[in-house]
Amino acid sequence: MNELRPRDIALTAPAALFLVAFMVAPLLLMVYVSTLERAPFGGVLWGSHTAVAYEKLLLERDLLGALSFNSDYIAIFARSFRLAAITTALTLAIGLPTALYMTTLSPRRAAIILFLVTVPFWTNLLVRNFAWILILRNGGQLDSLLLWLGITSQPLDILYTPWATGIGLTYSFLPFMILPVYVALERIDRRLIEAAFDLGADRLRVLTRVVLPLAMPGIVAGAVLVFVPCLGAYVSPELLGGGKSLMIGNLVQAQFGASRNWPFGAALALVLVLILLLSLALLALVRRRAERLS
Amino acid sequence: MTDAAVAISSVRKTFAGASQPALGGVSLDILKNEFFTLLGPSGCGKTTLLRMIAGFENPDSGAILLDGTAMARTPPNRRPVNTVFQSYALFPHMSVAQNIAFALEMLGRPRDAIRARVAEMMRLLRLDGLGDRRPAQLSGGQQQRVALGRALAPEPKVLLLDEPLSALDLKLRKEMQIELKRLQTETGITFVFVTHDQEEALTMSDRVAVMRGGAVMQIGRPADIYERPANLFVAEFIGEANLLPAICVDRTGHGGTFRLAGASDDDGAIAVADAGTLAPGQTATLVVRPERVALVPAQTTRLRGQAREAVYRGSDLMLHASLPGGAMLRARLPGDADVTALIGQVTGFAFPGDAVRAFAA
Amino acid sequence: MMRDQSLLRIPGASVIAALALVFLYLPIVTLVALSFNASDLTTIWTGFSVRWYAAVLDNGDMLRAAKNSLITASIATVLATAAATAATLGVARTRSAYRGVVEGLLGLPLLVPEIVTAVALLLLFVLVGAPLGLLSVILAHTVFCIPFAYYPIRSRLAGLDPALIEAASDLYASAWQRFLRIELPLLGPGILAGALLAFISSLGDFVITYFVAGPGATTLPVYIFGMIRIGVTPEVNALSAILLLTSIAVIGVAFLLGRRPASQHKGG
Repeated sequence: MNELRPRDIALTAPAALFLVAFMVAPLLLMVYVSTLERAPFGGVLWGSHTAVAYEKLLLERDLLGALSFNSDYIAIFARSFRLAAITTALTLAIGLPTALYMTTLSPRRAAIILFLVTVPFWTNLLVRNFAWILILRNGGQLDSLLLWLGITSQPLDILYTPWATGIGLTYSFLPFMILPVYVALERIDRRLIEAAFDLGADRLRVLTRVVLPLAMPGIVAGAVLVFVPCLGAYVSPELLGGGKSLMIGNLVQAQFGASRNWPFGAALALVLVLILLLSLALLALVRRRAERLS
Repeated sequence: MTDAAVAISSVRKTFAGASQPALGGVSLDILKNEFFTLLGPSGCGKTTLLRMIAGFENPDSGAILLDGTAMARTPPNRRPVNTVFQSYALFPHMSVAQNIAFALEMLGRPRDAIRARVAEMMRLLRLDGLGDRRPAQLSGGQQQRVALGRALAPEPKVLLLDEPLSALDLKLRKEMQIELKRLQTETGITFVFVTHDQEEALTMSDRVAVMRGGAVMQIGRPADIYERPANLFVAEFIGEANLLPAICVDRTGHGGTFRLAGASDDDGAIAVADAGTLAPGQTATLVVRPERVALVPAQTTRLRGQAREAVYRGSDLMLHASLPGGAMLRARLPGDADVTALIGQVTGFAFPGDAVRAFAA
Repeated sequence: MMRDQSLLRIPGASVIAALALVFLYLPIVTLVALSFNASDLTTIWTGFSVRWYAAVLDNGDMLRAAKNSLITASIATVLATAAATAATLGVARTRSAYRGVVEGLLGLPLLVPEIVTAVALLLLFVLVGAPLGLLSVILAHTVFCIPFAYYPIRSRLAGLDPALIEAASDLYASAWQRFLRIELPLLGPGILAGALLAFISSLGDFVITYFVAGPGATTLPVYIFGMIRIGVTPEVNALSAILLLTSIAVIGVAFLLGRRPASQHKGG
């Protein structure tokens, strides 16, 4: 079983080589480009290295070449972190009770809910975010409903604000939280919960002392699965956020569009990857600790 | 040429990442038309050896000959052997008849011949009328028979059976033991059977190889292995045995006299017909089967002990006694023996010298 | 096995779960409902009509974009599914470090943020001087379709008794016969589910396509994005609804395929 045969290598080769050529190589190229000098009209000067792209994250160079601190990009990073963190918290607040509820259902019903949660994940992200424009815009479905209920007397004016981006992100990534949390809860040995009740714990303490600690790997996995793509989100802030709530993803895109600063765009993308690697290391740490527990 | 169906010589195998070899230089011959069993606890290498004969694993070194032809690197589909898998591995998307026909189709046999052979196997295995069923629609015993029929259909030189009875309940398992023996006799095919169940091995086999830790401990007919175990491991693994620590006190020819460790000369002496190479003064472990131990009046023997408890087991009754020096002796008595009066009393025990095996401790 | 379903019952959880489902489906339902609005104005409901669907089907640019989407999704799906199937069979028999490397590679596109993959691929195509067009889109889609195709096939294989594959060899099947007679039929539902997931992933992708598609290779999502930028029109609603319902239909089929049991008797 452990032997590696030439046939097995031949079978895996097409997929593996394809991903080396079109995933690994491009990522390495991106790292390389981030160290290059920007060409005057877009593109890069191959072979001419500089750290300007990284310098630009923090500093600004005026016409005379003097450097001064620039908080513009830091602000965008901070906003992205804030939105990603709020989104992660919101998806957990909605996802955890939903997943808990799903574990109380019969397997058949749980499978149906699971399917319903999965479907939006597979449908077009752009179109689903576009649908929120219809709901959130002035005079849209939300305004109409609130006016009709008499809760508000004028439009909320929520579209093209960070609020709308937050709603879009929470909506986009909610399934990423529900699924791993549900899987983790479902795996818990029911006898442990019975034992906790038997030993006199009430519902709240069973939840906080037994269920949540045991489900922690799933919760952390969900948090990483939401936080990471949130940080690199492009579609929700682009469609719903307007100019005032740009996120890292939009900043990256801008470097390849209007700004034509490829090294800076590559450097920004690389920072995103580094944050991702840090999050994964955290996840691995939590997993290992959980494994040591059980 | 020898008449070995399978000749295995100096086969070694260590799996990647394992500290101990799975097989550490195993050599054995399996004869034609033989029901041969590889017996041992889990992890002893018996399944690895079987998988090597089938071609699913390759030895690191050594040779495997099937019918005189070297096979070490031949892929499974070019070996004239077939396997009955522990999980049966019936193809779930094929009917019973299609499963049995599979190997014949792969061998390119003519359609008429395949149909006739499938019908013959269905009859032989009493599967008539089940040809169109899917494996999932069969009982465990029926699935077992389909797996046998599928593997026997192409008339392999050797049939390999990997713990095929382990999923069946006790009653069905006993029936299948007899059925397997019948099939082997009727088909004349060499069977190589892997099991950890010593009773199963003794019941069906012509010869048994007892394995432990990647090595063969003993090969022999069931009676040889049971009556004359080659070492302590075999003695303990097969059947029930009393293990008595003792010291050799005297040798006369093949035989010798032993004294229980910690006992005085007069109530702990045991005569042994074959003392092997043990010399006076050497410590030894004596092995004697409980059914060979007889209860005798205390004054007629030099082996006495205090009866502690009687354990009733249906067909028999096991009397436990503590011997001088502290060893426990179990004597197997008829189930209806009345021993209640004996409990707590000192009583005598006796067994013939040829019922005792002595091993250096 | 019966088990007590009520042990984890938390008051209010069912309400939140219900709200979560409403939250997830509200935009989808709203969009589909508005796509049938007869009115020119997207906000006021004036009656049921399919006129915007007719308008969509009459729009040449849209049809060209749809054609690009279908071509891309079809080719990327075939390439990715074939590569993923072969890779699954390749790693099935080994537990070596090689397997870890291959699985890590195959999972990479799901791990790396889309925007990063998009940037990296754009840089690659520019560096090698490949024109941005349908070919670059197809290659980029194949990259992220491979893991989507791989996982369902892999989980299907994991549910199979490994002895089934060994039994085929033992019963004299050659590698090719084993593939056609045993592996392909048994993995079939997984392969189909993987292909469907790859297909809708390709059909739905926007970010990566947006970066690597040249002017002539606009796909439906990129086209829709362009329309949204100009302004919300009832036609966009209809087009979006078509895309949504197509995805939902495909995922439904994939889900039903995935639920078919792999094998009635699994090895113990």
